[in-house]
Amino acid sequence: MFDAITRTLRRLGSRTVNTLWRMGVATRFFGLTLLHSGTAFRRPQLILKEIFSTGVLSLIIIVVSGLFVGMVLGLQGYQTLQTYGSEEALGILVALSLVRELGPVVAALLFASRAGSAITAEIGLMKATEQLAAMEMMAVDPVARVVAPKFWGAVISMPLLAAMFSAMGIFGGYLVGVVLIGVDEGSFWSQMQAAVDVREDVMNGVIKSVVFGVAVTIIALFEGYDAPPTAEGVSRATTRTVVTSSLAILALDFVLTAIMFRGV
Amino acid sequence: MERTTIDLWVGIFVAAGIAALLFLAMKVGNFGGFQAASTYSVQASFDNIGGLKARAPVKSAGVVVGRVSEIRFDNERFQAVAVLTLDQSFAFPKDTSASIMTSGLLGEQYIALDAGAEETMLAEGDALKITQGAVVLENLIGQFLYSKSEEEAAALDGQ
Repeated sequence: MFDAITRTLRRLGSRTVNTLWRMGVATRFFGLTLLHSGTAFRRPQLILKEIFSTGVLSLIIIVVSGLFVGMVLGLQGYQTLQTYGSEEALGILVALSLVRELGPVVAALLFASRAGSAITAEIGLMKATEQLAAMEMMAVDPVARVVAPKFWGAVISMPLLAAMFSAMGIFGGYLVGVVLIGVDEGSFWSQMQAAVDVREDVMNGVIKSVVFGVAVTIIALFEGYDAPPTAEGVSRATTRTVVTSSLAILALDFVLTAIMFRGV
Repeated sequence: MERTTIDLWVGIFVAAGIAALLFLAMKVGNFGGFQAASTYSVQASFDNIGGLKARAPVKSAGVVVGRVSEIRFDNERFQAVAVLTLDQSFAFPKDTSASIMTSGLLGEQYIALDAGAEETMLAEGDALKITQGAVVLENLIGQFLYSKSEEEAAALDGQ
């Protein structure tokens, strides 16, 4: 009995210490990445390549899902608003929910599973095949050469992807609401413009997407860098990246929303 | 992949992203919407502004002619003061009245200006004399119940 209690407590303690330790290492890793960003900015070609692999290659999934999310919002919103005779407010509903919440959050979730997992797998595999160690042997800092460009590439891509997601979503809502169902086009746009504030809504959405971009990227990079150098270790790290960053996005979103839209 | 191809694609990507941001700012938001180059502001005091918020539209005959730029509380007269920023191209007589209206049954609140008949026009810093505050639903119901009970009392007296 006594033994069982101490064993449970010991396991809990070791879990806590491990988690704290990992968080500490991740934070130091984040600091190290920022510190070694100089090389990446002196060689923008490295960052451009990462923008290509994280941003451009995620375009299709972002644009298509944005369009469909907007179309579904248009359909569902119309059904509900119609019962109150205010289907002209469809523009407000679609635009505000996309710009404030769905754009940054869903784009970040897609980004985590599309680009984050790829980052983890790539760095994990580079570690498993001892490419990172080889770089160190050649006196090339792998954090400066591999990690920092990936970080900045992803952080630059993320807000642009979120903006495209929102824009496509609003276009999808327009397609369903105005073109398909026949909500008045003038009031769709004018009510939207009256309700959406550039600083309050659009800018806050951009800030959110930047924060999500940093969180997803740093989780993905750290998981890859920290992965056990085996096939199984890389696969587990990839899974952990997607799970952890999805949870981090949703938790951060709540905190940011509470700070940004408290007064509204 | 070729370096020039990557450059091209990244260029397209960044341009599309910036275009999306501009679309959100211009077409979806109100950046470049009602933003008159030259404006003048007048004040209007209300007993009750209801749910009126800063940036609410000011309309005359249903046309947006300005926006509410500021709402504050006048601690001497215990009234709400709304500062209306009006487009310079619209001039209103001095005895114009302002009232707080609601668009639709549950819609947003706005200030409606009813032009008066005086010769002189409103100028920067003027105050609107005749105002009509927001209709408070509770007061309306109270009044209705009060008049209803009066009616019933009168009917009982008549019997």
